[in-house]
Amino acid sequence: MNDPDSSGRFGSYGGRYVPETLMSPLAELEEVFTHLRTDSGFSSELQKVLRDYAGRPTPLYLAERWSDRLGGIRVYLKREDLCHTGAHKINNTVGQALVARHMGKNRIIAETGAGQHGVATAAVAARFGLRCTVYMGSEDMKRQALNVYRMRLMGAEVVTVDAGSRTLKDAINEAMRDWVTNVRDTHYILGSVLGPHPYPLMVRYFQSVIGREARQQVLEQEGRLPDLLVACIGGGSNAIGLFHAFLNDESVRMVGVEAGGRGTARGQHAARFTGGRRGVLQGTYTWILQDDSGNIDPTHSVSAGLDYAAVGPEHAYLRELGRCEYSTASDKEALNAFHELSECEGILPALESSHATAYLRRQAAGLTPGACVIVNLSGRGDKDVDSVRGIEGGS
Amino acid sequence: MKRIAAAFERRNRAGEIALIPYLTAGDPSPEMTPALVDSLVEAGADLIELGVPHSDPLADGPTNQRAAARALAHGVTLKSVLQMVRQIRSHSEVPLLLFSYYNPILQYGLKKFSEEAAAAGVDGAIVTDLPPEEADELRESFDEQGLALVPLLAPTSGEARTRKILSLARGFVYYVSRTGVTGARSNLTADLRAEVEALTRLSTTPVAVGFGISSPEHVRALSGAAHGVVVGSALVEHVASSRPAEAVQAAGAFLRHLATGRRPGPEGRR
Repeated sequence: MNDPDSSGRFGSYGGRYVPETLMSPLAELEEVFTHLRTDSGFSSELQKVLRDYAGRPTPLYLAERWSDRLGGIRVYLKREDLCHTGAHKINNTVGQALVARHMGKNRIIAETGAGQHGVATAAVAARFGLRCTVYMGSEDMKRQALNVYRMRLMGAEVVTVDAGSRTLKDAINEAMRDWVTNVRDTHYILGSVLGPHPYPLMVRYFQSVIGREARQQVLEQEGRLPDLLVACIGGGSNAIGLFHAFLNDESVRMVGVEAGGRGTARGQHAARFTGGRRGVLQGTYTWILQDDSGNIDPTHSVSAGLDYAAVGPEHAYLRELGRCEYSTASDKEALNAFHELSECEGILPALESSHATAYLRRQAAGLTPGACVIVNLSGRGDKDVDSVRGIEGGS
Repeated sequence: MKRIAAAFERRNRAGEIALIPYLTAGDPSPEMTPALVDSLVEAGADLIELGVPHSDPLADGPTNQRAAARALAHGVTLKSVLQMVRQIRSHSEVPLLLFSYYNPILQYGLKKFSEEAAAAGVDGAIVTDLPPEEADELRESFDEQGLALVPLLAPTSGEARTRKILSLARGFVYYVSRTGVTGARSNLTADLRAEVEALTRLSTTPVAVGFGISSPEHVRALSGAAHGVVVGSALVEHVASSRPAEAVQAAGAFLRHLATGRRPGPEGRR
């Protein structure tokens, strides 16, 4: 359903813009994945690992005190923060590690921004006995020192990336360079619905378990479909993961929330749909923050996981179709929302996910009383406690 | 495009491999690029590749990444690279190829870029992250303007892709000597010469080999098998490590050194 065409395009977005060396390996990956997604043996293997190792299904939790605070709407949190390693990222890394094993690749590499994807990759590498290298910008390593240590504890090699803005984008460049060099024995576990075809499709496939569960759970608990889905968007994997199962439910509104950062000036945010234009970055044609000559703009967000200059191509398509809406939340709004959920529900949300809750805080007054909303709580905030304390100067 | 064919033919007819030096345009400074090109031509370069600096050069190793960063710091853009081309073309007939990532060209506008590049005196381009599957529109614009869209082939391409890519080749084919990013290497792979010989048998356009070429021995190892050889990072590094006043001369001297390998060794044929 809603698959890209044979050239990997969602409408005009997507495609496969990579060096020639990677073209045959990507075709092979596509072939293997296309076969595995219809293979019942693979499917039951995946189910089992997701259940016993990743901790699925995750709860759909009615946040009653927070709902009251927001003024009489019913807000459910899809608790991806309760997944093993603390975020939705494990859904994808489990799936891709199984794909890598089927391809006979014994080494995996990954990029990471917030560190959540790196940790989830390190975990499955340990679990399946694969060698693992994770690339991470030095700026992000500073912000997420704890995750760096967690990856190393699980046996991954973490490589510092000092190029460019020293964040997620530069880590992806470096991972691509490794992959183009070692492609014969290495699988690249890209962490979001980004990059060349088939990654946007494959990552969506592994993340769409979020929405499938949530749809069934909300029907059981609420007896009806939700009115609104909200998720934060860096590359957009947790958002597409939640949205995908609901795309044909016309009554369900969906909003993706980008990082508004410190304001709308160039370099101060990661709001691709408001500050960007169409272009090609890291293998895919989509909305990108860039200058007039096609060089990529620096980005900023308080959350490392949203601090990226391009958005997944399928989101660009869904926006163009008018099926999904996209908005932003600022650093400050996200920090306020981080505190509010912590205080109302005893749940520390990741700063990424706090952009989704911040959007809902801002918009709640405009919703019909009794409206049912699902927010994807994509990750837990333990990793961000030091950053928040640093920003706010608390003790 | 005519200049490209003539350059290969002239050099190969003399029993020598064509030398194709690569420079990042605007490195170490925009003013020096035309003088560097002149020096390389004087030293025996047959074609010149000018790299368009990009913020995210994911197919490049550290040497070319640093060169791109220096050029970008000077404010070099695709537009100013075309200005450098005009300057060079005002006094030189050397074939000029741009080596670029796709996004700068896409943002310029494919048609506008093709027209302005042709008018400036560009002969063709190699677009690192634009495989043939995504290249139809640019190739059409290039064809209209008589520009060569030079495709890349890699050790992983496989036979079916290789045949398809060869059928779309304009100017020449750029064979990537190994999986990996740009950058000097001490050794070429053992199979390289045989791979290149197989490729030249299939190809109706000249075959140039690049990635990792850094010594006269490398050049000699390909001479008689490939039609041309690209020298990039090793030259960029050489220029970067020279004092500014000596860089132009140093570039020429390095190319002359490489050119000592341009005639086949005892095992060479053709």
